[in-house]
Amino acid sequence: MAVGLPVPKLDVPDECESMSESMDEVRVLRLQKDFHLHRLECGPEMLVRLGKEDAKVYYRQMVAIRRLEAAASLLYKERLVRGFCHLYTGQEACAVGIKAAMRPEDTLIAGYRVHGWAYLMGVSALGVLAELTGRLSGCAKGKGGSMHMYGQGFYGGTGIVGDQVPLGAGIALAKKYSNNGGVCFALYGDGAANQGQIFECFNMACLWKLPIVFVCENNNYGMGTSAERAACNIKYYTRGDVLPGIWVNGQDILAVRSAAEFAIDHAQKRGPLLLELSTHRYYGHSMSDPGTGYRPREEIQNVRIKYDPINSFRLLCQGNVILSQNELKQIDDEVRHEVNEAIGRAKKDEELPINHLWSDVYAGHVEGNMRDVHGYNLKHVRTKASNA
Amino acid sequence: MTIPIAFSCVFVIEIIENQASFLDNASAGWMNTNDAVSGNGNLKKMNMFNAINNAMDLALQEDKTALLFGEDVGFGGVFRCSVNLRDKYGNDRVFNTPLCEQGIAGFAIGVANTGATAIAEIQFADYIFPSFDQIINEAAKYRYRSGGLFDCGSLTFRVPCGAVGHGALYHSQSPEGYFAHTPGLRVVIPRGPIKAKGLLLACIKDHNPCIVFEPKTLYRAAVEEVPTNFYTSELGKADILRKGNDLTLIGWGTQVHVLLEVADLSKKHLGIECEVIDLVSILPWDRNTICNSVRKTGRVIVAHEAPYTQGFGAELAACIQETCFLQLEAPVKRVTGWDTPFPHVFEPFYLPDKHRCLAAVREIFNY
Repeated sequence: MAVGLPVPKLDVPDECESMSESMDEVRVLRLQKDFHLHRLECGPEMLVRLGKEDAKVYYRQMVAIRRLEAAASLLYKERLVRGFCHLYTGQEACAVGIKAAMRPEDTLIAGYRVHGWAYLMGVSALGVLAELTGRLSGCAKGKGGSMHMYGQGFYGGTGIVGDQVPLGAGIALAKKYSNNGGVCFALYGDGAANQGQIFECFNMACLWKLPIVFVCENNNYGMGTSAERAACNIKYYTRGDVLPGIWVNGQDILAVRSAAEFAIDHAQKRGPLLLELSTHRYYGHSMSDPGTGYRPREEIQNVRIKYDPINSFRLLCQGNVILSQNELKQIDDEVRHEVNEAIGRAKKDEELPINHLWSDVYAGHVEGNMRDVHGYNLKHVRTKASNA
Repeated sequence: MTIPIAFSCVFVIEIIENQASFLDNASAGWMNTNDAVSGNGNLKKMNMFNAINNAMDLALQEDKTALLFGEDVGFGGVFRCSVNLRDKYGNDRVFNTPLCEQGIAGFAIGVANTGATAIAEIQFADYIFPSFDQIINEAAKYRYRSGGLFDCGSLTFRVPCGAVGHGALYHSQSPEGYFAHTPGLRVVIPRGPIKAKGLLLACIKDHNPCIVFEPKTLYRAAVEEVPTNFYTSELGKADILRKGNDLTLIGWGTQVHVLLEVADLSKKHLGIECEVIDLVSILPWDRNTICNSVRKTGRVIVAHEAPYTQGFGAELAACIQETCFLQLEAPVKRVTGWDTPFPHVFEPFYLPDKHRCLAAVREIFNY
């Protein structure tokens, strides 16, 4: 963290000045960057509330995601995680902000950059890391790996770009049909924004007034291709045409939360909405990509210094006397301990036994033994779901 | 750790750690009479992506209408097959597409409709499914439905496929079976650099829409002395890589190298002389070469990475038993991936490795 950074300027409205400077008070803060609106008369709140308890939760969640991704990277370099591993580092405020607005009846589906989302939606640090190392304690018992994590109300976890959005539309419809009042968040990236099926979903969602919030996490690069080189219109929040949209500063967790709250309300009462979260990923597309071939190092260094979501939030909390240095440090320590413990266990955890080779292909036992296998009595196994 | 196999055979096997270990034998390479190489070509040591790069360079040079496009091909491609081509031929001819496989395929078909040569890359075979409709319903049927007035014969798809050791569900698939089911297409799979270059150039020149599935694990691992001039491999022709009288082994792509090792092991440990055939072309496939071999040996094993049920081995088995029934001494045996999605953690158990193939050799020989 750079030394000598100015504390973000915040206007405290007049009516708040009479509040005492006690740390237990809820602060009212003004967001720094405006929202940009598409086909909307008014947008999310610029004045947001932040109390101590919430601040602790948000800070802890962002730090946990940051640490989990660092752990994933470490395990990958030790070759305990193989295959493809996509880190969310730098984008923490997007996930934590949306989660902060979500209610128990809301659901979410995302692409492959989902380690953080799995954690937020109830999977333990061990569940995430053991899934990466392909062990039994993983949230999918090691069968899915990095890109296929699932949890309560969290539908994953997809490897094929853009595939998750039609699924999100379907989830939204089903929830509407079952009348539970829930909203589905369907996340995709700037690369996926050019897939045909995204537009098919915009159409369906608007036609049938589905309770869905489309969220485009625009980190400016689809793998190594910058947004301008892939899309003729990079204002992703406008690409739903008649679908209303909002551009949001994705590095500010309170802005994201405000937009997500607005979106939930909109999706329930007026129809679907498209949020574009402007964010940055610090590392490459995946662990196979150094991330420097297509953008200058200074670009991300600059973001780390000026717009890091965790640093900004830490300064905000300290500057507004919401959390003390000690409290923040305590959270840092707790998270470090939690993740380190999970790393240790993920390394040594049991592997999935061989009789699970033919498991969960079907709902149950559809025919004899697995075809053409000799010497093993491989009957199809159906495992019970677990949120490790 | 041991894996017991079928008929209480006393083999004790180690799990293979390194997927590419069998390729140690393959670096010698071979020239086959089915590769139309002119006698005075220079040879250069190339791996498979070098060879493909060389092929596309020659194609773009020779055919001024040729275009190369796909996700990330501009900077060289994720497997480096198109390195330097954009610099050499310009942005108009070598360019990136956005992330939209259905769009890429349809667009490629349109380009080919006008007679221009389209070389379209689908970044991983696992991603080809959004394009499936375009390839099956448009590309394969264009000539037929227009009575020959229009076609997309100058279309070639290049698609990295196959297991790579850690690709899991969506970076390891072998979808040749789905496309083999579609008359109107050509489907080919190279086993190494020489074949990759020859087949790609042959497909580009061929007047039918072609799909080349390139086993991605061979891009770096397979190295051969490749002729630097323009040459084509014969399409629709299988290559006999090793002659033998006892048993026919059929495979394609990476599996060919496994089968060559199995043939060595069969000779060494079991005294069985295997004939190893690289099918090369999946559609249309070389019935003559295969059936001649089967009539000679009377025993045949087909091996492929794709799942067992309805894998391409099923077509081979059906046809072989139809045409060579009286010469068969044993049923046609298939050693394949299991009927599951390509697994994240069970890859060593899933693949039809040399141990499983060798066990099949014993089983069929002793039938």
